[in-house]
Amino acid sequence: MMAGSQWELPPELCCRPMAFVALTGLDVVYNAVHRAIWDAFCANRRADRVPISFKVLPGDHEYPKCRTKRTSYEWYIPKGILKTSWMNKHLNLVPALVVLFYELDWDDPQWKEKQSECATKVEIVRTSLQGRNTKVAVVLIQKKTPLPPGEDLVASERAATLCNACDLSGKSLFVLPHTDHLVGYIIRLENAFYEHAQTYYYTEIRRVKSHKEFLNKTTHQLLFVRHQFKIAFFSELKQDTQNALKYYRTAYSLVHELRAHETNMLEIKTMAGFINYKSFGELFDEAIKLGLTAIQTQNPGFYYQQAACYSQDRKQLAQQLCQAGATPSSEPGDTNTGGLDFYGQRPWRQGHQSIDPPDAEKEKTGILALQIKERDVPHSELIIALLSNAVAQFKKYKCPRMKSHLMVQMGEEYYYAKDYTKALKLLDYVMCDYRTERWWGLLTAILTTALRCAYLMASVKDYIIYCMELLGRASTLKEEHKLRIEKNLIQVLMNEVPDAEPECDPSSDVAARSLWNDRMALAGSNELTIEVQDYITFIQCKAKFQCPSFHVDQPIQLQVFLRADSPHPVSFKKLSVSLSNQEYNQWCVVESAGQESMSLLPGKTKSHNFSFVAKTDDVGKKIELTGIELMLGSDSGRCVFLNWRGAGGDAASTHEALQASRSSRQWRREVEARKELDWDSLTMQQSTMIISRVPKISVQLRHQPPALNNEMYCINVTIQSQEAVVAKGLKLTAGLKPGQDANLGQTTHVSLDGSKVCDDTAPALLPDVPLGDLKPGEKDETVTIDTVVPFEVSVKFVSTKFEPLDQVAVDIPFLLMTDILSLSPWPLLLASSSLELITMNTNTQQQQSQLQEALANSNNTVATGQYLISWRRKSSSADSPFIQTVITLPHVILESVPLYIHAELPSYGRVRESLSVRYHIENRTSLVQEVEMAVEPSDAFMFSGLKQVRLRILPGSEQQMLYNYYPLMAGYQTLPQLNISLPRCLTTNTHTLRRFLPQRIFVKPQGRQLDEASIAAA
Amino acid sequence: MAVCIAVIAKENYPLYIRSVPTQNELKFHYTVHTSLDVVEEKISAVGKSLGDQRELYLGLLYPTEDYKVYGYVTNSKVKFVIVVDSSNTSLRDNEIRSMFRKLHNSFTDVMCNPFHNPGNTIQSKAFDGIVSGMMVPTG
Repeated sequence: MMAGSQWELPPELCCRPMAFVALTGLDVVYNAVHRAIWDAFCANRRADRVPISFKVLPGDHEYPKCRTKRTSYEWYIPKGILKTSWMNKHLNLVPALVVLFYELDWDDPQWKEKQSECATKVEIVRTSLQGRNTKVAVVLIQKKTPLPPGEDLVASERAATLCNACDLSGKSLFVLPHTDHLVGYIIRLENAFYEHAQTYYYTEIRRVKSHKEFLNKTTHQLLFVRHQFKIAFFSELKQDTQNALKYYRTAYSLVHELRAHETNMLEIKTMAGFINYKSFGELFDEAIKLGLTAIQTQNPGFYYQQAACYSQDRKQLAQQLCQAGATPSSEPGDTNTGGLDFYGQRPWRQGHQSIDPPDAEKEKTGILALQIKERDVPHSELIIALLSNAVAQFKKYKCPRMKSHLMVQMGEEYYYAKDYTKALKLLDYVMCDYRTERWWGLLTAILTTALRCAYLMASVKDYIIYCMELLGRASTLKEEHKLRIEKNLIQVLMNEVPDAEPECDPSSDVAARSLWNDRMALAGSNELTIEVQDYITFIQCKAKFQCPSFHVDQPIQLQVFLRADSPHPVSFKKLSVSLSNQEYNQWCVVESAGQESMSLLPGKTKSHNFSFVAKTDDVGKKIELTGIELMLGSDSGRCVFLNWRGAGGDAASTHEALQASRSSRQWRREVEARKELDWDSLTMQQSTMIISRVPKISVQLRHQPPALNNEMYCINVTIQSQEAVVAKGLKLTAGLKPGQDANLGQTTHVSLDGSKVCDDTAPALLPDVPLGDLKPGEKDETVTIDTVVPFEVSVKFVSTKFEPLDQVAVDIPFLLMTDILSLSPWPLLLASSSLELITMNTNTQQQQSQLQEALANSNNTVATGQYLISWRRKSSSADSPFIQTVITLPHVILESVPLYIHAELPSYGRVRESLSVRYHIENRTSLVQEVEMAVEPSDAFMFSGLKQVRLRILPGSEQQMLYNYYPLMAGYQTLPQLNISLPRCLTTNTHTLRRFLPQRIFVKPQGRQLDEASIAAA
Repeated sequence: MAVCIAVIAKENYPLYIRSVPTQNELKFHYTVHTSLDVVEEKISAVGKSLGDQRELYLGLLYPTEDYKVYGYVTNSKVKFVIVVDSSNTSLRDNEIRSMFRKLHNSFTDVMCNPFHNPGNTIQSKAFDGIVSGMMVPTG
């Protein structure tokens, strides 16, 4: 917090206002009890106790007289804004409350006398406070502990009479038993006093406010300010910080409205300053501590910053105005406020409110005295203190950039105060922020100041660094300045004193010169190493390995690119690169021979190529660039080693490379046209891998993808060595690439033997097949092979009538049809197919190999079995084995049939020839079945046999019915329909049975009678 | 009318900054740079609550004794800052808004130039012209 004294603010303004309470009737010198009470009030006034300032005054103390209050302000012209005595008066002279201490017990034998004595004392106090609103309270010091309230009837009665006698309210009479718990009682008393004081200040505020209506704007402008200030001050005494702040603000805005002219300028400013001090610096801060939330854009830091800003203005004005008057004037002492009536008025013209100064001569000496005083003020210190306050605030409110800005200002102020070390420290600290944010204009400004500091301190290293950065591409300096700096830098490198920086104070320049001369004379310290990576120096460096990896038998190519941004060519003596394996370092050095040096042309990229062969020990290892060192200067003068870590680059190069890559699409063509390296798009390659040499062996694979599922997929590998010598002990590994789906590994098998079908025992990977000499090394060749299913087999169950079946009836023949559809892009050769049924009692009648279909009559079971196809590619060689693909047949649903009927008839009939049809009816139940059977008449047939019959079939037995059909028409004819009904078995009816019977029959036309004759005729 | 107009990249480095030549240019650079504190704070505060429905115009960033600093942030986090003299009380919020809008339009035109590399400083006569039109006339 700023100390008010250094701002020449009166102490009463700067202290924390506290309610003033006067204690009378205590004899602290001679009375031990009174002493103890007083001590209890004074001692340990910590923050948790109420803010009251206590004073012991004699009972007949004369309080400041209250002037008779004006009833009208009409003819009153104020002489100033605020009287110098006013604040002190209310802080230390006019109490808010006067407390009279009196020793009196309730059962005192001389009660009457004592009561009247007490009343007299109260009266005396009242008289001396005449006209003021100060409260009066009485404390009775008692020896006995009081009984609880209400129990001591004497006490309450006597208390009432005492109040009456003293003209006090019951609330203003207190009892202080002088017992063990003194401090406790005192704290309770204090709190009561504090409440009274609050009331007093509240009424005072009301009183001052009430003046307002009497004022008019023309003559009483000063009073407006005065009153607002007073209200605010009373609010502060009342500890009402927020309202105080409000009133101070109003006062401040009222000050702005004052008519200002030469003579009252200082007064107005002083008042404004007072109010400003009150309201904005500390009060604000304090209010925040009490819970007012500040925001980023409104924090006390701004006021500190503004204050610092005005202090800077003040310093400049002081420098301009206060050069005169070297000898102190005869009466400078009068400038302090000691003898003044109003704050901020010149001592030689007090109370004067007109425009012209009353005494020109006095005015002149007065001003001179003030100027001399001003000259001796340590401006920079004040500014720095304010700035550091502001920095602390901005740090608190998350304003990193504002903080940096203020730190720059602080650094500059230290520079003005000639404390260059501190200045440099601050500037160096913030420079980095501006560099990373890429505000080059600001960076240049800071660097310029820093360079001046470094010059004046003769700090060689800093001087060189700042020179190098100011010459760099980030500097916004004009060419002429760059030329001057470059010249200075060259001088320093030659161990000579550089020219002074412009705008340096001539007196400090002389000192700097001698410092530089001392430095130059000092031997042995003329080698400097500078880590330049974090700056943006005028020499840029980037290095790259030509490739991210080199085979051990190839020379490693390393390129170092250098570029200078200075106005003139820069010469250097030596360039060396250090690598992670230091054995190679010797190959990566260029040094100028003798006196001549290598030079970099401004704006041109120069590249140095190094090449060396890696050691075989380094196979499989990484070689990294650890640093690049460039030597400037010479052994005779001063050597400066610029050191880049890693592969070079600097604080700005990453961003530039990014920009370059963004624009590469647009500009590549142009760059190519220029045939010149684009510096920004040069990428660095910090490390390279040393890998083993490539064997000169070719591997060729011959195969026909896609592979078919289940097939033996043949891959021919041809290995050819082009090595000059015999390659020995080489091995081949073939198989699935590891790390794929586990299922794939389980279902894929690899075999070297192409003539045999490999089974599940064959592995998925054939490791290390020895191949003998002159053959390949382990070579990674990955082939992706698509697999397709060779054919699709669909299986259908159909009835003997080729009707598709959902379910198969037990003990009734059906057909199994397989369709094989080839999906392979190549012709396939199907060698054979076979059916493997699960149940033993199959009665397979025929098994046709070849593609058409396989027929099988079988009886039940749910799972039916497998269908095997053996095949191979048609294109494969004749000795390659057949592959057997197994197709699992679908499951069937079985149904049992109670009654089965089937017909036995020839495959065709002939018109007008008898056609005998035998129907077999089987009873498959364990019951005797009664069957009613009828044959429906048909147009196409005549028939003989039982037209309608009713018969019984025993369990498990069969009944045969024979009909002779006599076809009448040729072609496909529907056979006469059989109607069968089973009265005992209702689940079976004609429809369910009919499916077993043939529907139609082909009837051939009648043959010619003269067959032989026609043949003979032919 | 503005005394300083600046365009700041997403990464907070200046893309364009121009101030009236009669006054200390460096001071304006500092003013614009420090105002970024407030811009950043405002962006992060809004970002949390409203997502992308952000008002581009940030309003008055902070008043100093001499200047008022206004901010505007595009959706791609490019910032525009306009510094106005505090004594210039005639300027309303609406006018500031329209200045920003004009600036934004012109900036978009610059970005549409196929020869401009976004991220590089703005060198455009058209943009210069727009900015000049918004600056306090000098001389």
